[in-house]
Amino acid sequence: MIDVIDLKKSFGSLEVLKGINVTVNKGDIVVVIGPSGSGKSTFLRCLNCMEDPTSGSIIFNGVDIADMRVDINVHRRHMGMVFQHFNLFNNKTVIENIMLAPVYVRCQELKKRRRQRLFGKGGQEAAPQATKAQIKEQAYGEALALLKRIGLEDKADAYPSTLSGGQKQRVAIVRALAMNPDVILFDEPTSALDPEMVGEVLDLMKELAKEGMTMVIVTHEMGFAKEVANRVLFMDEGVILESAPPKEFFANPQHARAKEFLSKVL
Amino acid sequence: MGNFGNKWNKFVEIFVERNGYVKVVEGLQNTLLIAVFGMLIGILIGTLIATVRVIPKYKTLPRALNAVCTFYVGLFRGTPMVVQLLVFYYVLLPLMGVKMQGVRVAMFVFGLNSGAYISEIMRSGIQSVDAGQLEAGRAVGLGFAPAMIKIVIPQAVKNILPTLGNEFIALIKETSVVSFVGAADLYVAFNYIGSNSYEFMVPYLVMAAIYIVLVMFISLLVKIMERSLKKSDRRN
Repeated sequence: MIDVIDLKKSFGSLEVLKGINVTVNKGDIVVVIGPSGSGKSTFLRCLNCMEDPTSGSIIFNGVDIADMRVDINVHRRHMGMVFQHFNLFNNKTVIENIMLAPVYVRCQELKKRRRQRLFGKGGQEAAPQATKAQIKEQAYGEALALLKRIGLEDKADAYPSTLSGGQKQRVAIVRALAMNPDVILFDEPTSALDPEMVGEVLDLMKELAKEGMTMVIVTHEMGFAKEVANRVLFMDEGVILESAPPKEFFANPQHARAKEFLSKVL
Repeated sequence: MGNFGNKWNKFVEIFVERNGYVKVVEGLQNTLLIAVFGMLIGILIGTLIATVRVIPKYKTLPRALNAVCTFYVGLFRGTPMVVQLLVFYYVLLPLMGVKMQGVRVAMFVFGLNSGAYISEIMRSGIQSVDAGQLEAGRAVGLGFAPAMIKIVIPQAVKNILPTLGNEFIALIKETSVVSFVGAADLYVAFNYIGSNSYEFMVPYLVMAAIYIVLVMFISLLVKIMERSLKKSDRRN
């Protein structure tokens, strides 16, 4: 689903990623670990071009999204992203946070269809299928269902500032889910949480994993990596040193640097 | 001060009996019109300039626009309002062959001037919003413009509302120079009363009082607005 080919990224003269080659298949749960400064967050952020790669390709569903001529917004709608600091929209209520992108995208499509019909390109089949109000109503229903799933339907009209960290992150995850993405990228989703809230977020991620969601996760939760991942990538100094199933990797790391890292964190 | 009562009586006589209050109401109206429209034009221009200043500058066009905006802001912040009014009224408009009423000119120039200040306020407001907000917007597939309009700018406006209120208050106070281009504001009205009675103490005192009441009233409005916008803002 995602093919990363010789990805390089520099910030000024500092080369953070030095040629990364990875393939993520549908249903994969890839956990990226490594010491801080190893480039794992940058790698993740390059996957949806949050950081524009300096060179290399990222083939997502057959399109090289690292190409600047590609409309990246269209492809990002199929890649959810969950941030370390949640980044819920502070000026929107919880349910508005979840509805925002689906409503926006569907309304854009509606406008496009209207335009096409106006200029007689699409003919009858291009007729608008729903009004804006219907789109909103449908998105509201979907958002509410997602909130019910995480048990926060009573918080629908609350602002993010009134939620706990764990609740915020769970809302952020279902916000990504609302777009029905093909893959979700997690950038240290539990690093900014109080220890007692880490569990609720990891549980939700495990649920998604069971449902077959493709996920790429940067994390320091080794227990989670062992239990859920089907592949662990160990990164150091901008390269992937090891790529192995978690059992193999944790029991018998090949690389000296990986051994050292594991001896410190386990 | 013994004859203050006398002076007060003279003022009241002209204010009430010789239609001084009509002038004052007209002056107050002009003062507010100039400040309000100046502010509206200023917000429009300021938002445009601030937008140009925060968009990423990979390409030539944003860079050129940015240079133009820098020049504009430097020009209007680097000269006094009176000079701008005079240059507009006595130099630019005649050169362009346009005739315009003093009040309209004042609105326009106040708009251009406050636009320069508001652009800086807006920019700092936009930059005060956590970069993660824009990132999250982009990550769900919104383009730069929709993400800014739906997510960043509403939060920025909330952050800068007190400063924007101060800018409006400053505008109201600065309207006292528009008589330079023949616009009848509060100063003109009270000056009329004063010169008809050869007595300026009371008229100017009353003028000062009106300005103070006006400013206090607006400060109150800003506070109320702030409070109602704070609902979503109980940060962590």
